[in-house]
Amino acid sequence: TLCTAKKSLDPMSLTLEQVKRIAHLARIEISDGEALTTQGHLNGIFQLIEEMQAVDTRGVEPMAHAQDVSQRLREDAVTEGDRRAGYQAVAPDVEAGLYLVPKVIE
Amino acid sequence: MNQWEVVIGIETHAQLATVSKIFSGASTAFGAEPNTQACAVDLALPGVLPVLNKKAVECAIRFGLAIGAEVAQKSVFARKNYFYPDLPKGYQISQMDLPVVVGGNITVQVGQGDKAYEKVVRLTRAHLEEDAGKSLHEDFEGKSGIDLNRAGTPLLEIVSEPDMRSSDEAVAYAKSLHALVQWIDICDGNMQEGSFRCDANVSVRPKGQAEFGTRREIKNLNSFRFLKEAIDFEVQWQINEIEEGRRIQQATVLFDPDAGETRMMRSKEDAHDYRYFPDPDLLPLVISSEWIARVQSELPELPVQMRERFISEFGLSNYDATTLTANSEIAAFFQLTVGIAGKQNAKPCANWVMVDLAARLNKDGKEIAESPVSAAQLAGLIRRIADNTISNNIAKKVFEALWNGEGATADEIIDQQGLKQITDSGAIESLVDAVLAANPANVAEFKAGKEKAFNALVGQVMKAAKGKANPQQVNDLLKQKLAG
Amino acid sequence: MINKSLKQLSQALAAKQISSVELSSLFLDRIERLNPSLNAFVTVDREKSLKMALAADARIAAGTAGPLTGIPIAQKDIFCAEGWTTTCGSKMLANFVSPYDATVIHKMHTEAGLVSLGKTNMDEFAMGSSNETSFFGPVRNPWDTSRVPGGSSGGSAAAVAARLAPAATGTDTGGSIRQPAALCNLTGLKPTYGVVSRYGMIAFASSLDQGGPMAASAEDCALLLNTMVGFDERDSTSLDRPVEDYTRDLEKPLNGLRIGLPKEFFGEGCDAEVMAAVRAAIAEYEKLGATTVEVSLPNSHLSVPAYYVIAPAEASSNLSRFDGARYGYRAPEYDNLEQMYEKTRAQGFGAEVKRRIMIGAYVLSHGYYDAYYLQAQRIRRLIANDFVEAFKSCDVIMGPTSPSTAFKLGEKAADPVQMYLSDIYTIAVNLAGLPGMSIPCGFVGGLPVGLQLIGNYFAEGQLLNVAHRYQQATDWHQCRAAIE
Ligand SMILES: [Mg+2]
Ligand SMILES: [Zn+2]
Repeated sequence: TLCTAKKSLDPMSLTLEQVKRIAHLARIEISDGEALTTQGHLNGIFQLIEEMQAVDTRGVEPMAHAQDVSQRLREDAVTEGDRRAGYQAVAPDVEAGLYLVPKVIE
Repeated sequence: MNQWEVVIGIETHAQLATVSKIFSGASTAFGAEPNTQACAVDLALPGVLPVLNKKAVECAIRFGLAIGAEVAQKSVFARKNYFYPDLPKGYQISQMDLPVVVGGNITVQVGQGDKAYEKVVRLTRAHLEEDAGKSLHEDFEGKSGIDLNRAGTPLLEIVSEPDMRSSDEAVAYAKSLHALVQWIDICDGNMQEGSFRCDANVSVRPKGQAEFGTRREIKNLNSFRFLKEAIDFEVQWQINEIEEGRRIQQATVLFDPDAGETRMMRSKEDAHDYRYFPDPDLLPLVISSEWIARVQSELPELPVQMRERFISEFGLSNYDATTLTANSEIAAFFQLTVGIAGKQNAKPCANWVMVDLAARLNKDGKEIAESPVSAAQLAGLIRRIADNTISNNIAKKVFEALWNGEGATADEIIDQQGLKQITDSGAIESLVDAVLAANPANVAEFKAGKEKAFNALVGQVMKAAKGKANPQQVNDLLKQKLAG
Repeated sequence: MINKSLKQLSQALAAKQISSVELSSLFLDRIERLNPSLNAFVTVDREKSLKMALAADARIAAGTAGPLTGIPIAQKDIFCAEGWTTTCGSKMLANFVSPYDATVIHKMHTEAGLVSLGKTNMDEFAMGSSNETSFFGPVRNPWDTSRVPGGSSGGSAAAVAARLAPAATGTDTGGSIRQPAALCNLTGLKPTYGVVSRYGMIAFASSLDQGGPMAASAEDCALLLNTMVGFDERDSTSLDRPVEDYTRDLEKPLNGLRIGLPKEFFGEGCDAEVMAAVRAAIAEYEKLGATTVEVSLPNSHLSVPAYYVIAPAEASSNLSRFDGARYGYRAPEYDNLEQMYEKTRAQGFGAEVKRRIMIGAYVLSHGYYDAYYLQAQRIRRLIANDFVEAFKSCDVIMGPTSPSTAFKLGEKAADPVQMYLSDIYTIAVNLAGLPGMSIPCGFVGGLPVGLQLIGNYFAEGQLLNVAHRYQQATDWHQCRAAIE
């Protein structure tokens, strides 16, 4: 898939539409003007990143962590009590112990 | 309908039986005040980090071993990114490329009695993940209230292959799986509380076509009845669509039990791009072969193994053995019963548990765990049938008396209510003689060749004996006298 | 007092020459006087600080004090501290009073008895190399207030350089301790990944972030590091290792020390005068008994590209929790849930943070994951392997920390790529997870130059020793910015 993906990865091809789609994916409102500026910046950055694409990494194990160790496990025990009042003191909108948000539509 | 084949795959979320959450030390107890069991980690406060619950992993290992799957030596937690108010971090920690359990299968029995058949459903995988919180839509004037108590509850998502070909098969699979997770003690199976929820992927294709049709996923079915109704509706809907020349679009739908319909989920309308990637806060989960071996040694006898044993040890039929191992409560009840009644009575024990007790429980809407008649009581009853103290008919009476708490044991009821069978041939003979004398018409009819008249005479004798005469002896004596 | 080392302050407190309350007040007064021109602190709370100082004095009086009890310190505003506003340099958290303590905060304050002077300014969510992305305005370099202090731990750097605090904490994801240390004439240490707990340290890029000390000397860093490190069961990536005393090897002679000089660090791309200062420092090391050997880090030119895929990918997901639902900023006006998310995040995050979130979302998105994210992770492995190879022929690697001295405010702000390149020498260390330091090694045009020391995994003690011996022989680290 790397090879096929490479072909389509012209860094200058990040279109305004793509910029807007990414902004939506990240839930960041973006105006047309902002999208244009962002497009320029992102394309500059992707040009920098592009250097990576020429490197042959076949057979190299991806490195997701800085240390080669395995996950430690906790015992199944309840260690946290009710701190609702403290946690909700910093909440923007609460009622009856619930966090309120605009109506969720399923 | 007949030219269409239904294809169903099921994804099940089983809540694992831990006391604390999968990545935090908050309680998983059901029913607490909103957000009182949502700790800093569950709330995704800035800076908090997850640490994996060992018990949750052990549950996954148990499951993997119980279905003959591969327990992955190394599996990886990944983040599934999307925004939703019940998902505090903006991502769900799940497993994607490397799940903890791979493969396996479950043999399920579909249908009942003569029409019953067995089906092997293959499993694709099972992976560990965290549950989301709950959105409450009422009472907040255009707003939703978010309760994050459930956020972070450990789940095992069990994914089947698209092996089922009818809603009956789907329900049979879901029931078997439901029984299994309780059998191996990894899930309480409480469907009302959401501990066991199914998503059904449904598609149809013309019979004989190799490729699958486009599927739609019905989310969050929390009862077997809804599972069946939803699939039946969905199948019919898809067939209608296709027959009317429309194409099925891949979609996520919800089932509305009141309307009996499935409908598209608006929140899933825009195609998701979950941007899965390995969670940098969690390291690879490595499960040693020693750990797997220990869990294996602690595993109870599994339904399949028990079924084989019932067949070989008790001489039960495959159908009986399968029915009796359908869930751990039935199996336990049967084993207790047969343990007291004796191996030689295994077949009547099986019948009583599967037929009489099951029917009576059904009538009162009770689970076997709530049966007013205990296994010991039932075994006592079966022993009295076996030693001819009572007939099968009287036994039903005694059973009903035990059900109603009229006595502590079958013996007590037999004694108090004078239900002991009359086996003294002298006593039976005098009853037979009296009946023959009092019913000359019936005797004449019988001699004229009317077989039915014989039954009437048996009935008269039994009536005179208040049902307590040994039926075989009554038959034999009557035949003897009438022939003579 | 203001210019004393931590060891000297500790002695003064123990000898009752000064109380912690007096010492803390001295610094709080300086902050009050000088912070307006530097903007190094975003939160100061005299009352809270003095309460901590009072408690420290009580410990000293009771004889239960540790080596640093009562010494005031500045905390980077990325560490959650209970009861303190914890902003991470963002409007998103401008009003967020943390309900809990980061492990580092707990260790330093509750256990070691250090006194917090307040929270220091930083690039928003640690994303920046100049401290210009802070919602609370840029920090000014005490050596030249028209210049940046570096970033993202720029507030901590400026605070210590201007002696508004004897020492400070920083965090380093791609150079955020070492680069501002270099630009402000400080000693800063980024430990091996996993040595300092990340619990409560607001995440930027989880697999790269690491907290560490920033101070006037290696000895001060060693003392501070002793209070910061240790296994934390709340952080899955925290390493369970035996506790070390980082002052233990400070005085070890450097005879026979093999210094590796990566040819890639001594080529083009670095200011010539900066390079000259670095080479002079290496010559000084040879006088101290060290030898040099050329090594190669052939993939180091790929560290910036790989970093600008990996760090934004992790960040895009880490920052999804800032959605206006449970804490932090919420947009004042919105019509529905979607808008609440989009406006909250558009208004709550600054331009650089939004840019990195978008890069991250893009490289993880469908169709690009393999080519960008996985490729970057493979290159990360190559970069880490280069170090393993290099450390076969040397004990410590040296080179410049930053390609230039402190640049002018606004000079690179408009060009993200130019800004990113100011970390070209530091980033590889984070990708590999190695410990790295920057120590003062001279001046160019009155502006400090930093020498970078890179050690093998867990070689913090050795790095501190190598730095300390140099500081015994030179006095660059004792030069103070003339700011009053
Ligand atoms: Mg699923
Ligand atoms: Zn799931």
